[in-house]
Amino acid sequence: MRMALEALRVNRLRSALTMLGVIIGVSAVVILVAIGTGAKDAIEREIAGLGSNIILVVPGQLNFAAAPTQSRLDLGDVAYIRRVVGDPTRVTVSVQSGETIRVGRQEAFVTVVGTDQYVPNVFDRPLRRGRYLSETDVDTRRRVVILGSEVAARLYGDVDPIGRQATISGVRFRVIGVYETVGATFGVARDQEVHVPVTTAQRLIGVARINGIGIGASGPDEIEPLRERVVDALVQRYPGEKFSAVTQTQLLGTIGSVLGMLTGVLAAIAGISLLVGGVGVSNIMLVSVRERTKEIGLRKALGARQRDILGQFLIEAVLLTTIGGVLGILLGVGGSLLIQALSPVPASITLWSVALAFGVSAGVGVFFGVAPARRAGRLDPVVALRAE
Amino acid sequence: MTAFEAIGLTRSYQLEGVSVDALRGVDLTIGAGEFAAIIGPSGSGKSTLMHLLGCLDRPTSGILRVGGVDVATLDDGQLADLRNRTIGFVFQSFHLLARTTALDNVALPLVYRGVPRGERRNRARAALEAVGLEHRLDHRPSQMSGGEQQRVAIARALVGDPQVVLADEPTGNLDSRNGAEVMNLLRRLNGENGVAVLLVTHEREVAEQAHRQIHVRDGRIEHDTGGSVTLA
Repeated sequence: MRMALEALRVNRLRSALTMLGVIIGVSAVVILVAIGTGAKDAIEREIAGLGSNIILVVPGQLNFAAAPTQSRLDLGDVAYIRRVVGDPTRVTVSVQSGETIRVGRQEAFVTVVGTDQYVPNVFDRPLRRGRYLSETDVDTRRRVVILGSEVAARLYGDVDPIGRQATISGVRFRVIGVYETVGATFGVARDQEVHVPVTTAQRLIGVARINGIGIGASGPDEIEPLRERVVDALVQRYPGEKFSAVTQTQLLGTIGSVLGMLTGVLAAIAGISLLVGGVGVSNIMLVSVRERTKEIGLRKALGARQRDILGQFLIEAVLLTTIGGVLGILLGVGGSLLIQALSPVPASITLWSVALAFGVSAGVGVFFGVAPARRAGRLDPVVALRAE
Repeated sequence: MTAFEAIGLTRSYQLEGVSVDALRGVDLTIGAGEFAAIIGPSGSGKSTLMHLLGCLDRPTSGILRVGGVDVATLDDGQLADLRNRTIGFVFQSFHLLARTTALDNVALPLVYRGVPRGERRNRARAALEAVGLEHRLDHRPSQMSGGEQQRVAIARALVGDPQVVLADEPTGNLDSRNGAEVMNLLRRLNGENGVAVLLVTHEREVAEQAHRQIHVRDGRIEHDTGGSVTLA
């Protein structure tokens, strides 16, 4: 061990450059996995941020790649679903359209969401000020609006908007509430939404349809049976048509597996660079063996066995890669923290990636060290001694 | 008790498909405690003979016993062990580890014998004292003269208490004064410690300092002054 350290110290620059390959490989693994995991965590947080035990019912086949199918659901169907679920307060509705909202000279393009009084029962959507929609608002088609936090800030600045007027597509509304900032889900900036009664929205947009139904299950165990019950009921009502009901678990599963795969791919690419670093180690060890042929011959003459020599060179190679591995981990962790601090990319360092990178780098040392070390061990002492 | 016993020893090499006979049947007995020189011109096979006697190489045919053990029965590990315990090597070009102190150079053979570090250093220090280099323990080879380096090498050959010291042109890279000093040391070793010394040289004056001269030419022993003069 001391001999190996000594040998590495003698060729400082060469050892450092060889290690660099391993360092880059290991830190790349740590950083890329941290970014992949960070992204996954962030999206999972977004999904969880919607609320808990939510089932989203949409007409047609849910397909992330295609435009949503033309909806054939209306408020009558919502009443029907409420009967199917049994508890009307756990079902809410949504109809959406992009509209311009104007206050004085300020204007913003927002997503107008027509919904009802049951939003807070299903989604996690805390209010900052004011109140939620009421049953009367929906029944009497009142022109009231709840603003997303960004919309409120944009239109009113520091002024309290409660009770003030806003114009959506030329129709005057009264602000009754402002939501807390909740962030984005799947690129939908929920702080840029405004909520109005579904009945008011249908008239404003000029449709009788709704876009989707949100159902809050009473517990995780109820999600799956409830989902089947709702889809079956809708298919029974409209034979031959398709309806989808997705749960957060499904979303988490799909997104999680996609991002997990992405992380894996990133790790694999980084792993290749680690492999290249390993080849560098192998190469340098071969050079070292050749350069120290005489020393090997001498050691053999003095009584070193094959395995003594093999061990010596193997320890050198492993030392080279493990030192490189440790430095690479430090660099990787530091780099991840730096990325997290300086950019919006979330990075989450995982123990497994650190352990894996370290294990692989040590393994690379053994794997790529064996061939040169065996060559050293097998050298004929006579030939080795004569080498100049 | 004999240090070496060779019967009909041959060694041939394959060089680009051509067989070259370096040794063509050598019968030789070196007794324990002997001081002998193998002398011959270059290409005579004296180095090959020394490599065989030093167990660095195996004979093509013939029998070689080192310290009474037939080397043909030993595997590589046992052969390494035999080298380590019974033979000390001194080379023409010293062969010291360049960036290692005299003390650690001398202690090296003991590393392969599994001697603990503290004892290794004590024995190495004693060996260096025996060759008069107690003031050079922490010097590196580059900080020492050729004569001093060769004395370090002799100390390394001695540290393991071998039965024989094989010295391959030990004075070849030294001036006459340092050469004489090294020869004195080898002679003293032989006289005081009873270690057999086998010199390999092409210089007549060096060879004549030994008690017995074995002349080698064309892979055979041409003349042996003292086959019967076995001491002890």
